[in-house]
Amino acid sequence: MLVNQFLILAAVLFCIGVYGVIARRNAVMVLMSIELILNSVNINFLAFALRNGSIDGHVFALYIIAVAAAEVGVGLALVLLVYRNRKSIALDELSEMKG
Amino acid sequence: MLSTLFAVADWVSPAVDYHAIAPEIIVAAGICVVLLADLFIADRSKWLLSTVAGFTLLGAFIPVLTLALSDEGPRSLFDGRYVIDDFSIVMKGLFLLSAYVIVLLSTTHIEEGDYYQGEYWVLMLSSILGMLMMTSSRDLVSIFVALEFLSIPAYMLAAWRKRDAKSNEAGVKYFLLGVFASAVMLYGMSLLYGVANSTLLSGLAAEISGELTAIRVLAVVFVVVGFAFKVSAVPFHTWAPDTYEGAPTPVTAFLSVASKAAGFVALVTVLYVAVPGASDVWQPLIWVLAALTMTVGNVMALRQTNIVRMLAYSSIAQGGFILMPLAVAAEGNSSAAVLRSVVTYLIVYAATNLGMFGIILAVSRKTRSGEVASFGGLFSYAPGIGALATIFLASLAGIPPLGGWIGKFSAFQAVLEAGTTWGYVLAVIGAVNSVIAFGYYGNVMREMWMRPVPNGDTSPIATPAPLKLALGITGIATLALGILPGVALHFGDIAVFTSAFGG
Repeated sequence: MLVNQFLILAAVLFCIGVYGVIARRNAVMVLMSIELILNSVNINFLAFALRNGSIDGHVFALYIIAVAAAEVGVGLALVLLVYRNRKSIALDELSEMKG
Repeated sequence: MLSTLFAVADWVSPAVDYHAIAPEIIVAAGICVVLLADLFIADRSKWLLSTVAGFTLLGAFIPVLTLALSDEGPRSLFDGRYVIDDFSIVMKGLFLLSAYVIVLLSTTHIEEGDYYQGEYWVLMLSSILGMLMMTSSRDLVSIFVALEFLSIPAYMLAAWRKRDAKSNEAGVKYFLLGVFASAVMLYGMSLLYGVANSTLLSGLAAEISGELTAIRVLAVVFVVVGFAFKVSAVPFHTWAPDTYEGAPTPVTAFLSVASKAAGFVALVTVLYVAVPGASDVWQPLIWVLAALTMTVGNVMALRQTNIVRMLAYSSIAQGGFILMPLAVAAEGNSSAAVLRSVVTYLIVYAATNLGMFGIILAVSRKTRSGEVASFGGLFSYAPGIGALATIFLASLAGIPPLGGWIGKFSAFQAVLEAGTTWGYVLAVIGAVNSVIAFGYYGNVMREMWMRPVPNGDTSPIATPAPLKLALGITGIATLALGILPGVALHFGDIAVFTSAFGG
């Protein structure tokens, strides 16, 4: 099987995700970029699990999906909290503290 | 598909050594008790919850003691994926005791804060449970789950003051950078799994060695960078000052001591057990991180006027000192000395830094301010607290005979004993930095001893009993660890992995 294509797809997704985290100013878009990175990791794990013929990669991917759901739950709650207090979710406006 | 499911039906559960995981079970039970009790307890008796949380932590310490005293040697569960060895027992003891001190620090602060108390204790205990699991994890999956388990409640704790804009900002910044870091770390882990076809750390060690291909280098770099965020190493430290300043002060104490120590536990476990063969990759990386962390942390701390923010940069700098010996961990026979110095430093740092946060909590009860200037003339009207604060600051600066110096001493000793040129250069950078650190620690001391009292308000500070107890414990620990340096070094000596290189 051609594992390379999957690894390249994952690497591209990873780069898009990292770019999104660094360049985006909207908190929800940053959260989605982080999800892209996590999904690129999942693709990597599944591709390697198929190539290596072992179950560990599948198990790891399931754990990542479950934990990512918990993370996004907390993340959206935090973003909502900021929105309620400031009526904005732009990250560059979050600068109460400096130095 | 169905046939595979049925084939699994004759699966037998592995034998579980319940004594070995008793600390985790007790803390998990404590979480359930606090969560349920919170539902049924009237508002005026919510203080009971902090008592339950405290006793849970002390109760979990009992099996740690019995495990330490048993002669059975390392206990390995789930095919070596969860190991209770001497390293994990020492670190579990450290986490439980520092968590108990943090409960003492939090009690009054949380009661007077006019926010929900039950959730606070549940989140705190959950994070502690994650740390206990981290000390024993010897598999990529369990390290990842433990890391998230200890981080996710910490994100919520940082944003615990829901209506305070600073606390919100602290939580969001911590969350976004923390999750980003674990995503990067996971990408590295996926590459590690790809080349080694195993998630077991000892299985990785066999494959990640010898000639290093690009994919192995990338994997190790990504994993180390992910942990560098957790221990707030420069240049991945940007979240730390804002989060530490914005979060409630007891939570800051928790993050800067327990959470940071857990990051170091994870980093050391991966470096020592999983990728010792890639030391050519991670030693230079850690070298650069350590040098930058010490220098930037100290220089930024010099110009802070808010004491919590100053301690945030100081704790970044202290993290650099803990990283320093790891940069020579694989040179010659230095691995044991390096591990010893990391554990010793973590023990001493926990006692001292928790004490300093206790002082800040006590003083800010009276002054309602976080500025360094609010410490003015402290010694004249509260000599007890002033003397304790001097002890903690001097220990952080590394002045003998207080705890801090034995941590610094063992770190420098480990670096110098490695005998490499790069090790000597790093030791010189470290020495220059310990001198810079006197600048800002001394500044607070000067405020306390020589400056006049702001507003001339010399009414005494009312210290509640739990805070007094916490200050007593940390003060005695800081003094005792310095006067009897053998104690901390002894724990550093016995804390070894069962299957690490050179150990």
